[in-house]
Amino acid sequence: MPYNIHFPALLIVLPLMAAPLCVIVRHSFFSWLIAVVVNICVVLFSVSLLLQVIDGDVIRYTLGGWAAPTGIEYYIDTLNAVLMVVISIISFFSLIYSKASIQAEIAPQRYYLFYTGWLLCLTGLLGIVITGDAFNVFVFLEISSLSMYMLIALGKERKQALLAAFRYLIMGSVGASFILLGIGFLYAATGTLNMSDLALHLVDADQSRTVIVGFSFITVGLLIKSAIFPVYSWLPNAYQYAPSAVTAFLAGTATKVSLYVFLRFFFHVFGSEYSFAEMLLGKILMPLAIVGFFAMSIVAIFQTDIRRLLAYSSIAQIGYMFAAVSMATEAGVAAGVIHIINHAFIKTALFIAVGCIAYRLGSSRIADMGNLIALMPWTASAFIIGGLSLIGVPLTAGFVSKWYLVTAAIDSGWWSIAIMVLLSSLMAIMYIGKIIEVFCFRKTTENMKGADVKEAPLFMLIPLWALIIISVYTGINGSIVVGTAELAASQLMGGML
Amino acid sequence: MNKQLEQRHRVVQVITKFLTPMILLFAFYVQFHGDFGPGGGFQAGVIFASVFILHGLIFGEGRTRLVVTPNILRISMSLGLLLYAGTGVVSLLLGGNFLDYSVLASDAVSGQHWGIFVVELGVGITVAAVMISLFYCFSSNRFLDRIPFKIQEEE
Repeated sequence: MPYNIHFPALLIVLPLMAAPLCVIVRHSFFSWLIAVVVNICVVLFSVSLLLQVIDGDVIRYTLGGWAAPTGIEYYIDTLNAVLMVVISIISFFSLIYSKASIQAEIAPQRYYLFYTGWLLCLTGLLGIVITGDAFNVFVFLEISSLSMYMLIALGKERKQALLAAFRYLIMGSVGASFILLGIGFLYAATGTLNMSDLALHLVDADQSRTVIVGFSFITVGLLIKSAIFPVYSWLPNAYQYAPSAVTAFLAGTATKVSLYVFLRFFFHVFGSEYSFAEMLLGKILMPLAIVGFFAMSIVAIFQTDIRRLLAYSSIAQIGYMFAAVSMATEAGVAAGVIHIINHAFIKTALFIAVGCIAYRLGSSRIADMGNLIALMPWTASAFIIGGLSLIGVPLTAGFVSKWYLVTAAIDSGWWSIAIMVLLSSLMAIMYIGKIIEVFCFRKTTENMKGADVKEAPLFMLIPLWALIIISVYTGINGSIVVGTAELAASQLMGGML
Repeated sequence: MNKQLEQRHRVVQVITKFLTPMILLFAFYVQFHGDFGPGGGFQAGVIFASVFILHGLIFGEGRTRLVVTPNILRISMSLGLLLYAGTGVVSLLLGGNFLDYSVLASDAVSGQHWGIFVVELGVGITVAAVMISLFYCFSSNRFLDRIPFKIQEEE
C-alpha cells in the first residue's frame, strides 16, 4: 500500500483534530506549537498531492469506503491541489507571524481560542477546496466562516471588531443561505450531490426551471462570499479591525476560496457552455468586475488608514480575477487562477508588513508613517516590493498576472478591457505611490517623535520576507505558477469527468 | 434565593428530582438503542443536556455549575469530536479509508455497527456539552459569584 493514499483525508482530519486538542491543552505556547506542527504537516501533504496530480491525473478519495455518487468523495485535480498548497503556505507563514503579533492585540487567556479558531478555519478552507461533493462545500464553508467571524471578533478595538464580525456574519450567512438553497434546488432537479455526477445529470436537466433558480441562487451567494463589487460591504471593516495575523490569513485565502467554488460550480458542475453561453453569466459579471476594480481603486486612493486602503485594493483585485474568469476562455481562466495565486502571496505579505508597522507604531494611519524607510528599513522595503507587485511592475508576480490578464482580454478581442485594466493599474500606482512617498520622503510626524520605533522582531520579519521572496521568485520565474494554472484551466474547461 | 421562594418551588423541585434519573435513562436509551431504533447521538445529547438545563432552571444555574463545571464541558466538548475523528483515524490505521467502519471488527457488518456506535457516542458527548454551555452562556451570569456564596451560607 503506498504511503500517500490517505493524504487527502489526513489533510483535513489533522487540523480538525488539532483544534479540540488546543482547547484541551489550553496553553498559549503549546497550542501555537500544535498549530504550527499540524500546519507543517498540511503543507507537506498538499505539496505531495500537487506533485501527484501535476501531470494531469485526478485523485478521488472515497470517505468511509462508500463509492462516489452515494458517499462523499474528495476530488483533487491541479486546480484545487495548487490552491491547497497556497492556502497551507499562507496559513503557515501567518501562524509564525501571529506568535509575536497577537501579543499586542489579544488577551493572553484567549490565545488558545485564537489557535483553535485558526485551525478550524484552515480545516474549512482546505475542505471547501478538496471536496467533490456540493453539500460538503457548504458544510466546510460554514466551518471556515464561523471560525473566521470569531477570529475577527478577537480584534484589538473591541467594539469595532465585534461590529465588523457581526456585519460579516450577517452578509456571510445570507451568502451561505443562498448557496445552500441553490444546492438544494440542484439536488431536487438531479437527485445527486456529487459534483461530477451533478455535471452529468445537469446536461439533461438544462432547461428545467429548478436548475435555473438553483443557478441564480448559487451565483448570488458566491458573489457575496467573494465580495465582488456591489456586495463587498463586509470586507473593509473585517480587514481593518481583525487581528493583523487574521487579516493576513483572510486576505490571502477567504475570498480566493469563494472564487475557487465559483470556478468549480460554473465550469465543472454547470459547464461553461451553460453558465456563460446560455445563462450569460459573463455579461452580468464583466460589468460588475470592471466597475469593481475601477471604483475600488479610486476609493483606495482616498483612504487614510493603510489597512483600509489595502482592503479596498483587495476588492479591486477580486474585480480583476472576476474579469479574467468571465471571459470564459481557457486563457481567461488561467489568468484568473494565476492572479488568485500571486495576489494571495502579495496581499498576505503586505498585510503582514502593515501588521509589523502597526506593532511598532501603534497606529495604522498613513500620515503617521513618515520616514519609515529609515526607522524600519526591512519592513518598509518589504512593503514597497509588495506594493510594486500589486501595481504590476516587471520582475514581480503582479506583472505576470496582469500580463496574462491583458493577453487573455486581447485574445478574446476585448481591447477595451485590456485598456481599462491598464488604466486602473495607474490608480494602483497612485495609492501605493502615496504610501511610498510617506515612507521615504516625509519626516517623522510630531506625535510619533516620542514613540520608540525600531525594526520589527525577527519572528515577524522572517514570514514577511519569505512571502516577498516567493512572490518575487514567481515574478522572475513565472513558468511554475503559469504552467500549473494553464493545466488547471485546461482541465477545468475540458469537462474533466 | 430565600427560604420562602424555595418553599414556593418545592413541588417543582421534587418533581424535577424525581424525573432526573428517568430523563437520563431515556437519554441513554436513545443513545445506545439508536442503531436499532429511532434515535442517535444528537437527540440523546440534547435529552441528556436537558436534565442539566432543567436543574439549572429549577435550582439556579449556580448550583448546576457546581455539578457540571465549565471545565468539564470544555474538555468533554473536545473529547467528543476527538472520539469521532479518532474512529476515522483508527479505521485508517487498520487499512481502510477514513471513517470506513467495515475494517473495525472481524466482519464488515459488526465493524459498521461498532463504528456507528462509537461515532454516535462522540456526537452525543459533544452535543450534550455544547447544549449545557449554551445554556450557561445565555442564563444570567451577573450573579454568578453570588449564588455559590449563598449556598455556602446556607450550609
